[in-house]
Amino acid sequence: MSTFLYCIKRGLVNLRKNWLFSIASTATIAACVFLFCLFYAVVVNVSNIAYQAETTIGISVFFNEGVSAEQKEAFKEQILEHGGVKEINYKSADEAWESFKADYFGDKAEELAEAFADDNPLAESDSYEIFLNNIEDQQAEVDYIRGFDIVREVNYANSVVSALKEMNTLITAVSVAMISILFAISIFLISNTINLAAHFRKRETEIMRMIGATNSMIRAPFVVEGTFIGFAGALIPIVSMLFLYKRAEVYLAERLSSSGQLSALADIATLIPFKEVYPVMLAAGAVLGVGMGFVVSFLTIGKHLRV
Amino acid sequence: MIEFKNVSKVYETGNRAVRNLNLKIDDGEFVFIVGRSGSGKSTLIRLLMRELKATEGTITVNGKELGRLKRSEIPKYRRGIGVVFQDFRLLNDRNVYENIAFAQRVIGASGREIRENVPEILKLTGLSAKYKNMPNQLSGGEQQRVAIARALINKPSVILADEPTGNLDEKNSEEIMKLLYEINAMGTTVIVITHSRGIVEASGKRVISMEKGTIRSDTGQAAAAQADETVPWETAEPNWGGII
Ligand SMILES: Nc1ncnc2c1ncn2[C@@H]1O[C@H](COP(=O)(O)OP(=O)(O)OP(=O)(O)O)[C@@H](O)[C@H]1O
Ligand SMILES: [Mg+2]
Repeated sequence: MSTFLYCIKRGLVNLRKNWLFSIASTATIAACVFLFCLFYAVVVNVSNIAYQAETTIGISVFFNEGVSAEQKEAFKEQILEHGGVKEINYKSADEAWESFKADYFGDKAEELAEAFADDNPLAESDSYEIFLNNIEDQQAEVDYIRGFDIVREVNYANSVVSALKEMNTLITAVSVAMISILFAISIFLISNTINLAAHFRKRETEIMRMIGATNSMIRAPFVVEGTFIGFAGALIPIVSMLFLYKRAEVYLAERLSSSGQLSALADIATLIPFKEVYPVMLAAGAVLGVGMGFVVSFLTIGKHLRV
Repeated sequence: MIEFKNVSKVYETGNRAVRNLNLKIDDGEFVFIVGRSGSGKSTLIRLLMRELKATEGTITVNGKELGRLKRSEIPKYRRGIGVVFQDFRLLNDRNVYENIAFAQRVIGASGREIRENVPEILKLTGLSAKYKNMPNQLSGGEQQRVAIARALINKPSVILADEPTGNLDEKNSEEIMKLLYEINAMGTTVIVITHSRGIVEASGKRVISMEKGTIRSDTGQAAAAQADETVPWETAEPNWGGII
């Protein structure tokens, strides 16, 4: 126990003697972990929004003028028979107008819509809203529906979703590249910090060897140093993510609800709860920070022990 | 017991520092090793510490053949051997107490053991009053005593000293040698390399003289027994610092 504490103490003394390099290493790891957390948060949330858009928007089917209620009913039967449908709802023209008013005019809906009075501008806009069991089948389903003569138009979340998905691919590529570079720099800096510490402690290491210290005993303070740098480097971004994420949640909610046009999006564009994204961030901190600090210092000091 | 059998050491440079050397040192002996610069004395000590491996022959210490020690067994072996050098090799950023305790921490001694053992060794080496001093606040003789205390704390069976008085004046040298004799009297085998004819002649101990990597002469255990009654420093010759 006394030996263990002693190694920790020596590791921290190293850290202080070597403060400039220690800070540089800690900062790089912090940047690396921070970027990971940030990109991860963006990517999972964008995917989530895309998914929400797909599942909550559904497929809206509009009909040509003069299509009878029987034809529409027959269409519904066929769609259900075709399979894969979770839910199919009829939305009359009046309902469409009501929900449009609410979405578009927000609080002032009644006032602004006054002008239209009883004259529903969305007459003939009755539709079916279709939700699928399996969102991956959406494109095939849309193609199938388009094959009906009576169908005038099919709306679905495709354009938004594919834009979001493309955006995610780009973000992922950029973040992988940047994180890799930062990761490499972190390894380089930790390795240098440990080499420098080994240089400063060469005399002490020789004395230790002379009086019968085992390699692991000689190694321990350096590994403590590297692991501590990794830990500090991981802690900073993980704690700051906690605050940033909370702020982002509040900001997004305020922005979306205060602008009438986007308020419909407020249901879709909410962030995944922090406690769901946090475990991955902690894991990233543990691996990119603490794990890397441990492994790199362990290997670096190993080179010095072989001689 | 320490035994060298047909030992040779060739450095990577091709330098043959020890040649076909045979030597036996019993438990509890006190031995001086003398010889010109470059005759292979330090190499002998480094071989005994298993810092170097013999190129040929076998070295056996307390029944263990050093050439057969595994890498992982070397630290444990070294704990049974205390070493002292001319340049003290202290940790200059730590005080006397910590320098000595260091040797105990390194082998994983408990805090209690350290608190018991260090003051005892401080007393034996006459450093009790200076335990808080940093190495640069000590005389050369005191620094060497710290080094000896550190070598002793793990209760080794052998002490190896490579020119322990090389940096010290006459009075300090005498005190260090006196300490080494005391340690030997308590049963520890002590091997001292020295260039000081005065010290050697005054001691009446066994003297091994080296030349070009081999033993030129060995007064043997008999000589040591004969001279056992000699009081070291009263008979010391005036040319105490002379090179042999
Ligand atoms: N690391 C080394 N590599 C190559 N040759 C060495 C090395 N160390 C010592 N030697 C050579 O081995 C020979 C014996 O050296 P050693 O240090 O054992 O001598 P010594 O008797 O202790 O001398 P001194 O009295 O000056 O300390 C010398 O010729 C020396 O140059
Ligand atoms: Mg020498």
